[in-house]
Amino acid sequence: MAVPSLSVVVIETDALEKRYEGGVTALAGLSVGIEPGIVGLVGANGAGKSTLIKLALGLLSPTGGAIRVLGLDPVTEASAVRARVGYMPEHDCLPPDVSAAELITHLARISGLPAPTARERASETLRHVGMYEERYRQIGGYSTGMRQRVKLAQALVHDPELLLLDEPTNGLDPEGRRAMLALVHRIGTEFGISVLVCSHLLGEIERICTSLVAIDAGRLLRSASLSAMTRQQDVLMVEVDEDAGPLADRLAEAGLTVRRAERGLLVELDGDRTYDLIRDAVAHLELSLHRMQRRRNQVADLFRDLKPVEENHVG
Amino acid sequence: MSGNAPAGVGGVIHDIGYQRYTGARLGRGYAARSLWTYSLRTAYGLGRTAKAKILPLGLFTLACIASVVLVMVNTQSPEPVLSYVGLVATFSYAATVFAAIVGPELVSRDLRNKVLALYLSRPIHRSDYALAKLAALATAVFVLFTGPMLIMFVGMAFNTSTGLSGVLDEIGGLLAGLAAAVIHSAVFAALALPLAALTGRRMFGTGLIMAVFLLSAPVSGAVRALDDGALGQLAGLLDPVSLVNGVDRWLFGEGLVQTGPYGAVYGLAALALIAAGTAALLWRYRKVKA
Repeated sequence: MAVPSLSVVVIETDALEKRYEGGVTALAGLSVGIEPGIVGLVGANGAGKSTLIKLALGLLSPTGGAIRVLGLDPVTEASAVRARVGYMPEHDCLPPDVSAAELITHLARISGLPAPTARERASETLRHVGMYEERYRQIGGYSTGMRQRVKLAQALVHDPELLLLDEPTNGLDPEGRRAMLALVHRIGTEFGISVLVCSHLLGEIERICTSLVAIDAGRLLRSASLSAMTRQQDVLMVEVDEDAGPLADRLAEAGLTVRRAERGLLVELDGDRTYDLIRDAVAHLELSLHRMQRRRNQVADLFRDLKPVEENHVG
Repeated sequence: MSGNAPAGVGGVIHDIGYQRYTGARLGRGYAARSLWTYSLRTAYGLGRTAKAKILPLGLFTLACIASVVLVMVNTQSPEPVLSYVGLVATFSYAATVFAAIVGPELVSRDLRNKVLALYLSRPIHRSDYALAKLAALATAVFVLFTGPMLIMFVGMAFNTSTGLSGVLDEIGGLLAGLAAAVIHSAVFAALALPLAALTGRRMFGTGLIMAVFLLSAPVSGAVRALDDGALGQLAGLLDPVSLVNGVDRWLFGEGLVQTGPYGAVYGLAALALIAAGTAALLWRYRKVKA
């Protein structure tokens, strides 16, 4: 695993603000430092994720504050930034009547690669994204999954230092999502390229990310690196029909780690005795147990219901 | 993920892993030139489906066949019936049809499929994109003129009865023809491409360009028919084909449009049209969302 130096920040914003002409505020004073690795940028639709990416590429100009990408100012040094960054847009953006090989070769040249190298790297990149066999077929005949791979290939073909992926799993079925995320993970680890991956589905990308940045309504909600623990430990979701407060207290007394969730309790699984303790506690309090389900500790639970905070760096 | 490529019947694919690129990264100029080449190929359907080749290559082939016929007529007549500049004027309407078909092909597809996002996230600037596309369309139209002209040159040069001086005469005529072709191509492209860039629908783009070229012609024709004084001599300014034919008349002393003493006005109008079309295109691409 190529782990990039942690001292560098790939994207840094300071009170970044973007108001559109219609009066819509997409970003309202966002201050965040995005570190190398695979960083998940999460937030609901309209939270400002795409706007942040477009500001990072210099496709939009901020209306306030500052942003630096790879140490450069994307407003005044747009070409230099874009030469070192790869961008995969959210929407469909492929012409239907050319082959993937032709398109990726062409776009590699637009990125400044000499013609023979462009052809070579286009083939290589399409192979890395699993599109080697189909590369001479017209894009119009591709499935959504294949198109997403081609979109990823065009962002990768010029060997960028930073990849900006806007909702890369959009429109994919579960298997396609899994494959795309595995690919992104491979790019971030084996290829050694920093990746900023946007998603409105936190539960989906948390598995591959080294850190997460959550934004809401154009503000930073939370920014944290993910420890191995939060990614691996399992929890039990316990739901009772009555108020879960007394149950939580009793379980905590018994030495379990308990968190309140939307509809019940999340109890960290500590061997089989956890089940017994919960059963006994429910019986003792004469509650009716509605559901008890084992699941992975989702980072979504850590991020849920947070008030916007000032920059909160754990990494 | 490499497991996605089936280790198939034909052999094993060896995964040598990801290679970093440390070589040269050429700049904006190179990128713009690459886009120009690519767009020129696109204009003639090269690297694309057979369907995309039919119209542009079909028109080009027809123009070349017409030129072969002209060569045969020219060599049979005591005096050539058509000069090189005359050839450009004759093929002008074919060239406008070509520009109307190819212009939208070059820009509407990118707008419709939102391919622009892939260009604008690269070092190339919006203006580079617009100018490369404009240059590609102008070159494509120029090639349409040049093919028949070269056929005519070869035919005439081989049939000359005056030896080397005859060939030199043909070269002189060819150069004048090429100059006329440059002017015609530039004006047609500068007019057609901003119109094509207005819409992501190719058919609309083509219709719009055809309308401007073909509907303005009868208007200027009618004014010319009504008046053979100054008004009639300036009427050619009203439609682009007559305009460039007027420039031919001014520069080479031949052309289908009577310009009277106003030749220079035609020249200036052509320049102004090229400048205005280019400015409109650049303005349009400043507004396009990435």
